[in-house]
Amino acid sequence: MLHTFVALVQDKPGVLTRVASLFRRLNINIVSLTVGESERQDTSRMTIVCEAPENSAHRIRASLYKLETTVHVDEVNRTEAVVRELCLVKVAAGPAQPHGLHSRSQIFELATVFRARVVDLAPESIMLEMTGSASKIEGLLQVLRESGYEVLEVSRTGRMAMRRGQHTSRVLKALGTKESGSEAGSDLLDLDPDALPNSDQLPNQFDEEVD
Amino acid sequence: MANNNQHPTLTGSEILWATLAGEGTTTVFGYPGGAILPIYDALRKFPTIHHVLVRHEQGASHMADGYARASGRVGVCMATSGPGATNLVTGLATAMLDSIPMIAITGQVSSKVLGSDAFQEVDITGITLPITKHNFLVTRAEEIAPTVRKAFQIATSGRPGPVLIDITKDAQQATATFDFDAAAPGAARPHPMLRAESAAMREAIALIKQAKKPIILAGHGIVESGAEAEVIAFAESQKIPIATTLLGLGCVPAAHPLQLGMMGMHGESWVNNAIQQADLLLAFGMRFDDRVTGNLASYSPNSKKIHIEIDPSEINKNVRADVALIGDLKSVLQVLLPQLQPKSADAGAWLDEINASKGTAAVRDIINLPDNGHLYAAHVIHDIWREAQAAGRLNETIVVTDVGQHQMWEAQYFKHEAPRTLVTSGGLGTMGFALPAAIGAKVACPEKDVWVIAGDGGFQMTAAELSTIVQEGLAINVAIINNGFLGMVRQWQETFYEKNYSASPILSPDFVMLAAAHGIAGAHVEKRADVIPTVTKARTSGKAFLINFQVEKEDGVYPMIAPGAALHEMVRRPQSDPLLETAEDE
Repeated sequence: MLHTFVALVQDKPGVLTRVASLFRRLNINIVSLTVGESERQDTSRMTIVCEAPENSAHRIRASLYKLETTVHVDEVNRTEAVVRELCLVKVAAGPAQPHGLHSRSQIFELATVFRARVVDLAPESIMLEMTGSASKIEGLLQVLRESGYEVLEVSRTGRMAMRRGQHTSRVLKALGTKESGSEAGSDLLDLDPDALPNSDQLPNQFDEEVD
Repeated sequence: MANNNQHPTLTGSEILWATLAGEGTTTVFGYPGGAILPIYDALRKFPTIHHVLVRHEQGASHMADGYARASGRVGVCMATSGPGATNLVTGLATAMLDSIPMIAITGQVSSKVLGSDAFQEVDITGITLPITKHNFLVTRAEEIAPTVRKAFQIATSGRPGPVLIDITKDAQQATATFDFDAAAPGAARPHPMLRAESAAMREAIALIKQAKKPIILAGHGIVESGAEAEVIAFAESQKIPIATTLLGLGCVPAAHPLQLGMMGMHGESWVNNAIQQADLLLAFGMRFDDRVTGNLASYSPNSKKIHIEIDPSEINKNVRADVALIGDLKSVLQVLLPQLQPKSADAGAWLDEINASKGTAAVRDIINLPDNGHLYAAHVIHDIWREAQAAGRLNETIVVTDVGQHQMWEAQYFKHEAPRTLVTSGGLGTMGFALPAAIGAKVACPEKDVWVIAGDGGFQMTAAELSTIVQEGLAINVAIINNGFLGMVRQWQETFYEKNYSASPILSPDFVMLAAAHGIAGAHVEKRADVIPTVTKARTSGKAFLINFQVEKEDGVYPMIAPGAALHEMVRRPQSDPLLETAEDE
């Protein structure tokens, strides 16, 4: 099954290698991995989606936290998090295309239905930008192809995920439940069970696992 | 910046030595070379640090490892860039697999030519990524002190492990202000710990109270955590027998009535049978290695498992834990034990049952067979133990083994009564480990007797370090268990490959002459009666001494569990003398 991990890591050279090497060592294929800046200085946020057996989530998470460069790891699933992906699609659309001069207007219509935006218009092509879940992006691509359009290029960012609501201990802290005086950069005590709501305690992860 | 007494301006090399000295380092095992010359040049300014020149960098890494295992302090080794650095790799992996706190420092080409395939340049941080707990590339003198201090923190905190620091030559030569205190690392990353009132702790207590047939599986984590006293107190209070892993030997005295002995592939039958019959396993600082569990599907099928472990990624890796208590073993036991009522004497029935199941084991044991004129490795090792015990030096004797049959016989026939008296490569199983690791152990504990027990194969892998022993004037005793074979390979070929002894017979030099060439005294021993007198002579010589024990060629380690077999499906020791049988076969 697909697992989605959100890792906060130090923003230093070689950190990506350490994370990638961990998955290589566990012989787990990474479906997508996105890295970018986070809300805190010198800390990058990674969303890692991987295909792995259902009961391996705890071990992957613990192994990620074992890396000295990892500040925090969370595992999120679809129901409790917003998961998004950005996609750029270049479609052939010009007078020579199957639907002739109507091509462009048809693509505009499809884009409207999928809430995609037209970001570039060239004589022979249109570039669409779309944000959404992976299945929505795949839906747009499928409709374009089935309608006879030639998809020239596709670039997808891979998934990014963020927990909904106030589930994380960091949000709890921001709300003043624990040491509200501590500065933003040093509150990462999430693996200290005292700072955690019950559901975040590492040992309790085992209960969810399947034999 | 001008010098001032409080925060002098030093070169990167001087900062390195000053920081190591500040962290308590007194010995560094290393080998110089081009990219680390500035560091070696600065060494003379730091007389509190003794440098041991090795003969091969692999030796340096094993020495730092042996130093750490014997003393509990951080071992430090050093090598130049390129081949010097790559030669450390086996030692780093050995330390990684056995969670040994160790610092490796490598020189690196100047930062201006990094990545250009400069002379003796190798990406050692890339190479050692999976075999170090963490590693660093340092390119500026200012970073040296904080990096070294951070490395010590990483190596010793949580689950210990080796840390490599790669320092470019220009960082060694540049200058920076040195302030040891300001370079202190921040708090270690939080390690998960459980509170006394946590649900897992309550579940563990309930399981322990219910258990009728509990067993403690005692691992290396006990020694790392310094929890020997807590484990014994726990076992005595709850009347729970203890089985140990290879690296757990010595954490509970072999003579303790609750100590059963070693479990696993070459563990005693009653230990493994007891684990299979148990209704509760308490895993203390061990990781259910495949050499310990046998076939996982049939491993201790009727027991609940409580796993106390500092590394969360070990939980449920091989064996599913019913309750996981994550944290430092000593702290966890200090919380757990006060919440348990001492068990009454009738809990001893389980121990009696285990003891009764020993059955014919003693009769089959080679130690109890009459002398038939052959010299067996088991006898040699047992006699080294008897000699040390008779001399009252048992707890002051560190045995450093290599890997193979002799290692298993050592585990079976040398009864360790104190922690850190056995130094052996468990996880990686590194042949060639013994001699250099023994040098590290002797340097760390000069007041102790250090015995190398090595096979004729493994000894030859790192035999060049004999010269290091002489240069350092170390009184290390070497016992070579010489059977003319790579014995464990031969035993597997006998058992699983129809006696096709492919590449396992090994020719050796005359080891006593080899020792003599180094100026080390030695002796050949071929009769059992000569073992103890020669061992005494070696131990009391006050100098290095090498004994070549010419033992039976085709001897086997028993009991044995075939790979993939269940823990109770062990091959017992043969009823009759196995050696006489092989002699007849010839």
